[in-house]
Formats: sequence, structure tokens, C-alpha cells
Amino acid sequence: MNVLVYLIPLALALGVTWLFLFLWSLRAGQYEDMEGAAWRILSDEDVTR
Amino acid sequence: MQRSKSMADALDLSCFVRRSADGAASMDFALEGVDCAACIDDIEGGLKPEPGVVSARLNVASRRLSVAWRPEVTGAEKIAARLAALGYRAHPFDLHRLEAEDVAQTKWLIRCLAVASFSMMNVMLLSVSVWSGAVTDIMPETRDFFHWLSALLVMPAAAYAGQPFFRSALAGLRARKLNMDVPISLGVCLAIGMSLYETLHSAEHAYFDSAIMLLVFLLLGRTLDQMMRVKMRAAAANIAALKGDFANRVEANGDVRIVPVAALACGDTVLVRPGDRVPADAEIVAGASDVDESVITGETLRRPAAQGDRVWAGSLNGAGALTLRVTAAGAATLIDEVKRLVEQASEAKSRYRRLADRAAAIYSPMVHLAALLTIAGWLLVGASVHFALITAISVLIITCPCALALAVPAVQIVATGSLFRSGVYLNASDAIERIAEINHVVFDKTGTLTLPQPQVANLGEVDADLRAIAGRLALSSRHPLAATLACALGAQHPMDDAREIAGAGVEATVDGQTARLGAASFCGVADARESAADVSLIFMRVGARTATFEVRQALREDARAVVDALRARGVTVSILSGDRPEAVAPVALALGVADWRGGVKPDEKIAAIAALAAAGRKTLMIGDGLNDAPALAGAHASMSPIDAVDIARAKADALFLGERLQPVLIAFDVSRKARALMRQNLWLAVVYNAFAVPLAVAGYVTPLIAAAAMSGSSILVTLNALRARAPSPVAAPDDGESLVLRAAVRPVPGAAS
Repeated sequence: MNVLVYLIPLALALGVTWLFLFLWSLRAGQYEDMEGAAWRILSDEDVTR
Repeated sequence: MQRSKSMADALDLSCFVRRSADGAASMDFALEGVDCAACIDDIEGGLKPEPGVVSARLNVASRRLSVAWRPEVTGAEKIAARLAALGYRAHPFDLHRLEAEDVAQTKWLIRCLAVASFSMMNVMLLSVSVWSGAVTDIMPETRDFFHWLSALLVMPAAAYAGQPFFRSALAGLRARKLNMDVPISLGVCLAIGMSLYETLHSAEHAYFDSAIMLLVFLLLGRTLDQMMRVKMRAAAANIAALKGDFANRVEANGDVRIVPVAALACGDTVLVRPGDRVPADAEIVAGASDVDESVITGETLRRPAAQGDRVWAGSLNGAGALTLRVTAAGAATLIDEVKRLVEQASEAKSRYRRLADRAAAIYSPMVHLAALLTIAGWLLVGASVHFALITAISVLIITCPCALALAVPAVQIVATGSLFRSGVYLNASDAIERIAEINHVVFDKTGTLTLPQPQVANLGEVDADLRAIAGRLALSSRHPLAATLACALGAQHPMDDAREIAGAGVEATVDGQTARLGAASFCGVADARESAADVSLIFMRVGARTATFEVRQALREDARAVVDALRARGVTVSILSGDRPEAVAPVALALGVADWRGGVKPDEKIAAIAALAAAGRKTLMIGDGLNDAPALAGAHASMSPIDAVDIARAKADALFLGERLQPVLIAFDVSRKARALMRQNLWLAVVYNAFAVPLAVAGYVTPLIAAAAMSGSSILVTLNALRARAPSPVAAPDDGESLVLRAAVRPVPGAAS
């Protein structure tokens, strides 16, 4: 079962990464306007011609 | 607001502008009319090319726009004008400190929840392996390794995510009260401590998963509760911004500038035109008029006011222009007497103890006693100290009030959401419990049973051609009664040559004939009609023809139905009004309410409610005026229409939207149902403990059983709480939006009409 010694920490490290990504997105205000995000995807404003 | 250009130039919004360190200025607006994806492009795309605009960001969920600009290039007034040109009504918006704190608190709870859930998911992965290994064969080394990993995951996570509970528990203990957070904190800490001890000694069982799971369930409940409250606060704040009134301030050099009422200070001089609302408590410096103080006192009869008199914020100015000196502005706007009464009444009410707290006060000592008895019992029958301690702690873990602590908030969240959709916003967090207990309703009359705006009662009796002329004449007048008439007749175009004669009426020439609208003597009409006390008459004459319009406070259309429905539910109804008895009588008669009083002063309202309380009645006070504020604060529960005066809105436990009284009934029904479910949930929790505690005392609770029992009971009470959803209420609005718009807007003084 030696494989556990590095696989489990690896899994935990991945988990911690996602946790920090979530906390970062929360801090960046990405959840403040859930409706607007859905509408903005239809916007062509960022398309440069 | 759609102001004419010259008005926009004189508008002064500086009190809403924030300066950042790099010299940019920024400001928030609450917007009306945001309802499609294209609006984002319209607004942001329309503002960004403006010279000096640094950024513009629309938050669709909250209908708010945040704009930043270089103050040397442009200004708030230009941006507001640009938004108006784009076709959106923009209302300056001041993010209240309270709301900002709420948002910060929500973010903190979400962070705690994220950390705790991350830890729980990973610990469960390890725990399930250990549990399944227990029935097959797991090597002790592997089990210890898993336990140590669990300890590593749970201890920092619990230290961080448990803070909301630890803090509240400490605060409770300092106040010498046992709240629900005390057993929660104790259970979590003991579970972790014991598990650590067991892990150090390579024992078979560790309860890390139970501790963190408990935190996740409870945090979930608290976070959802908080988010619902923030959403409701934001919606209410938007409405307040949409209603935000403006005042005509006279500057030192004699110029008149339009400023938001929030920007007024003591000592400012303000011009109030006929038909405008008085923006702040003030003293009349010049001019004479009659003021409608129904918002303040409930009295619908106008009071003459002249130089030297005091007028109160919210009063409606009548026929004359007034120049006022502000004596109190913003939060200070309140008659001293009312303020004192409100404070007294609020103090009395804070003694209400919530259902959950009452349950905790019984539950916590019982649980701790059970744990102590477990130790004593096992020691008496000769078990080892270690076994006795472990068993006692497992009793604390299994009784850790997961289900109990969720029982009330879960119902609260569902019921609050359901009320929000029906147009009822809760102010107080325990409003549901208190509204559910009431068995008597006291209505205010003016603005509560009746609509805030008076209605024309006899439109059908007047010929159509006279009606059309009357509408156009009325539109030319600034008198409040004329405004009502113009609105009722749907008039669009004022008369070109109309002249307003102050204190008499308006006059114009129609088809070569003189048309007059106004007082009886002005129109040469003999006031033969026997006028009822609550009716104001407008007369008109065109040539030889005459007509009379009756303007009266109209009942809300479903007032009778709601009163009857309340009676059918065993709730008694009475009316306490500040208006004259002869004006209250017809309303009471129309509603079939025998128990009514008119001419009641604020302190008498409180006394009446105290008398009801002494007689064992739990009263729901519904009112909207300044004179109702003490009664709203003092009653067992209270509600206000959303367009009530500020102080009433602040003191009411719940606010309702729209022109109907139906939300009152919905609030009552949903609250009753919610309270029944809360009780049911508490009993479910008790039943759960009745099974779980004997098992724990006997020493049979392994971590697997603890996890299953705790999550099972939590899910059970949560599912039960979902039943608090109201069956889609009859005739209730689907969405707050349309109502918000209807309820919101009162014209800006000086707005081009």
C-alpha cells in the first residue's frame, strides 16, 4: 500500500488548489452578478473588427 | 428622472460621489428598466465613449450601475443626464454601511463553508476507507495514517470554519446565556480533542469526520439564511433609492439647485413649490399655504401653515409656494415626542425570545447533564476512566444539535424566500415567529387601508367632454388635488392659456367660453351637495354647465376581502387612526369593523396596543405614518407598506409591496405554516435524540453510526422545511420587479411634467 504515501498527498494537493481557486474567484467578485454573467456571454462588445 | 435640460444642469449629486486614492471619482446608481441582455451593452457601451468615463459596470442581479470617472473631465450630473438620454432612469444610490457589512459577512460565511466542505469531502474519503476496512481488514498502520491525515485536514479547517460558532458561543456565555452555539462549539472541540488523543494512541475510532460534517451542515444553513437576507435588503435599498426625493435648495447667491434630500443640512434654505413634498423638518421663512400632513398624523384635513410655523418631512404642500429653513435633516428628521416613544417601545420588544433560543435554553443543560451522568454511571459500574470519558464525549457528539440547529433556520430560509416572491420583505430576523403568534390586527387608516393617493370617486357622473376639459385644466395646476384629478382622467396636454389663481383654481378659454376649475366660489357653483367628511370637492364651470368631482381616500381594492379572511382565521381586527372620527367612520363601516377609533395620538396608539397586550392579545400593527412608528415598534409584530415614511419602514418587522393588502394575509399564512413546521422540526430532533442518546450512553456509537445519524437527521429536518413553500400565492406577483416599479416612484420636485 506504499502507493498511498504519495497518491493521497497528491490528491489533497489538487483539492487545495481548487479550494484556493474558488476563494480567489470569490474575492475577485465573480459571484456578485450571476444573472449578468449569463447575459454578458451574448455580448459582442469584446469582438474587435 | 426625466428632467429638462436646464434642470439637469442645476442638479447637484456631489454627496453621493466617492473619491479614490488615484483621483478618480465613482458613484453608484440604482437603475430602472434593466430587463434584457441588450441593456448591458446599451448602458455600458453608451457610457464608456463619454469623455472622462473610466469604467462602467452594470450588476444585473442587483440592478445597480457603478461608474468611475475623472472628475476634471466630467461629473456625476453629466453622467446622470447621459443615462437619462439613453432611456434609463438612474437614481443616485448610497451603499449603506449596514448593507456593506452584510455583504462582507456573507463572503466570510461562504469562505468558511468552502474550507469546511473541502475538508469534509476529503476526510469522508479517508473515513469511508477506514469504515469499510473495519469489516474487511485494514492494517493498523494504514488506519493510523488515515487518522493522522484526517487530523491534519480537520484541525485547521475547524479552527477557521468554526469561528462563526465559537464567537457567538463566547458572546452568549459572556452574556450568561446558553445559546445553541454553546453545545455546538463544545461538541466540535471535544470531538476533535478526543479523536486526536485516540489517534495518538493508535485507537480504532476517531470522530474527525463527525466534527467537520457538523460544521458543514450548520454553515450551509447559516450561509443560505444570510444570503436571503442580503438579497432582501438590497431589493429594499433599491426601492428606497428609486423613491429618493429631491429638494430645491436655495444657495447663498440666490440660485436654486436640485439636490438629493440626503444632501440637505440643518440651516439650509429650501423652496417647496405647490404640490411638492416637504423634504425635511423645517420652519417656514416665507409664504403661506395649506399642508396635507396625513403621512405624519393620519389627519386628511389640510392644516393652514404660515411664516413661523413648523412643517414635517413628508407633508404635502398645498396651493402656495413656501420657503423653508431646515431644522433637522436626514436621520434626525423626526418629531422628538415620536422619537422618545419609539425608543421606549423598541426597548420593550427586544425582550422577545426566539423559538430556537428557548429550545437551546432547555436543550443545552440537558445534554451536558446526560454526558455527566454517563461518566458517573460507567464509573459506578466499574468501567475504566478512559471508557467512561470516551462514551460521555460520544454522547455529546451525537447530541450535538445538528438537526436542532437546522430545524428553525431551514424553515426560515424557505419561508423568507416564499414571502420575498410574494412581495413581503422581512426586516427583523424573528419576524416570522412573531407574526405567526398574532391574534389581533390593528390597522391604521390613511395610507394603509386606503391608498396613499386619493382617488376620484364619481368620474362616471360627469359628461365625457367636460371630463376632457377638466383633465387638461387640472394638468395646468400644481395643486395636489388637481394632480389627482389629472392622473385619474389620464390627461396628456395642459391648456396653453391656463392661468392659475392661487387659492382659487385654474382658468382657461375653451371654444370661446371661460372654463374654470377649482373652489366653489371661484366657479360660481353653490355648494349644495351634502359633503361627507372624508371627501374633497373640485368644482368646474364651462359656460353655463357645471360639474363636481369628489376626491376621496379610496380603500385598497382588496381591503374588505383581507379583513374578512383575517376574521375567518380567528383574528380580530380594529382600526386606530390619527384622522378625524368622521373620516374614519365610513371606512370602518365599509370594512365591517366595529372596533375603531379616530383622532388617536401616537402615545394613545401605544397605550391602546399595551391595553390589548394586557388583555392577552398579540397584536400585529399595520401602519405607514410617522404617528404609527411608536405603535409599530411597540406591537408584538408590525408591517408597513413599502411607501411608508422612513421611520415606519425602519421600525416595521416586514414591508409589503404593491397596492393590495393581500401580502398581509400571505405573510400571516406563511408565518403560521412556518411556525408549525419549526415546531415539528424541533420535535423531529427530539425524537432523533430519544433514539440516539440511549445508544450513545450504552457505548455503541461508532464514528460510522454518528455520521449516519447526524446526516440523516439533518436531511430529514431540511426536507420537512421545504414544505414551508407557499403554494404559488393567488394573484401575487411572480417577481418583485414589476411591483418594485409600480411601488417606487414619486415625481421629483421640479420634474418637467
